[in-house]
Amino acid sequence: MSERGERSGNERDWPLFEVFIRARTGLHHRHCGSLHAADPEMALARARDVYTRRGEGTSIWVVPSDSIHASDPADKDMLFEPAMSKIYRHPSFYDLPDDVENM
Amino acid sequence: MYTQGLNQAVEDGGPEDAELLARFQAKIDREEKIEPNDWMPKAYRQTLIRQISQHAHSEIVGMLPEGNWLTRAPSLRRKAILLAKVQDEGGHGLYLYAAAETLGISRAEMVDRLLEGRARYSSIFNYPTITWADIGAVGWLVDGAAIMNQIPLCRCSYGPYARAMIRICKEESFHQRQGYEAMSRLAEGTAAQKRMAQDALDRWWWPSLMMFGPSDADSPHTGRSMRWKIKRFTNDELRQKFVDATVPQARLIGLEPPDPELRHDEESGHWRFGEIDWTEFNEVLAGNGPCNRERMAARRKAHAEGAWVREAATAHARKKRSRMAMAAAAE
Ligand SMILES: [Fe+2]
Ligand SMILES: [Fe+2]
Repeated sequence: MSERGERSGNERDWPLFEVFIRARTGLHHRHCGSLHAADPEMALARARDVYTRRGEGTSIWVVPSDSIHASDPADKDMLFEPAMSKIYRHPSFYDLPDDVENM
Repeated sequence: MYTQGLNQAVEDGGPEDAELLARFQAKIDREEKIEPNDWMPKAYRQTLIRQISQHAHSEIVGMLPEGNWLTRAPSLRRKAILLAKVQDEGGHGLYLYAAAETLGISRAEMVDRLLEGRARYSSIFNYPTITWADIGAVGWLVDGAAIMNQIPLCRCSYGPYARAMIRICKEESFHQRQGYEAMSRLAEGTAAQKRMAQDALDRWWWPSLMMFGPSDADSPHTGRSMRWKIKRFTNDELRQKFVDATVPQARLIGLEPPDPELRHDEESGHWRFGEIDWTEFNEVLAGNGPCNRERMAARRKAHAEGAWVREAATAHARKKRSRMAMAAAAE
């Protein structure tokens, strides 16, 4: 932490949380942004105020941002390229007689 | 809009690797988004930090002129609407601080820069809201100008900024409507109410046009920002769009922008307007607008008076953590 951080104190120490919101029952929680809070309880309260002012949610998750492990963009090709050539994993790859319906 | 100081020089940060630079530009040309962990030129990062933080500060400082009327709105309906709008602006500030943080600057640092007078916010918020009609004019003109600027920013090349702008634009659309509605109610009211509406338009018109920043001739960095797709339209293009959209709205409710040179150019379809007083613009940017000192004093006071809340929340969180640790150790 910088010298200035020490000087102006507390809020600098508040961790960042990622916010995930479930819009309606039956849907996934989706990432919608992040915020600073002193603890998870406060993060939930703030997430409600900041991200659900128009009824955008029925459930909120907050996760400390430093708990998220992300893939490295430099590894993108190594990780995802192999799937690109496997078009036979998609149903549209297969030729069927025209008379077959609903398969 | 909220970012008009952008046209100042941004440090170039020294030479960049030509190959990385070419790959970066190719990505932008393909309309792919740049994400926080991707390589980016230092000047791109610095330009965005400056622009996004300035935008965030504008949302926060922008709560002050409207907050001035929260307790005096003329009806419960208007009060509830204004409160919701001011709350939205606070939210916009937070989304934008979070977007800027992905570039490696902390929110605390950004707030320090604002409070120490080292960062700018939009000059428009240095004008006073002296009558109720000013609240109508702010929603209609200031939010209207903001939307004009923010819609293309939804396609900005920097992912976190673009996503914040999409959310903001969705929330923004009622801001302009409620302002225009308040203005039209006054314009169709008594003679005194209509005068009040016209007076507010007279005072807010030119500052609203200045929100788009210096003219293109005085914006040396426009070319680079356009190439990087941080900007999609020049200041003058956006200003013209705003005038074209707004003049008919004013006339529809019987009000007239305070510009004797305003005329419709049949050939191009554009509204031609008079010269902007750039001396006034530069004075306000330099800190000499009607409310610069008042706005900064209000922000500093709010920050100082909120200190105990931040300290108490931190102490509470620490206490809870140590209690949980003790309970776990006792098991
Ligand atoms: Fe806003
Ligand atoms: Fe707004």
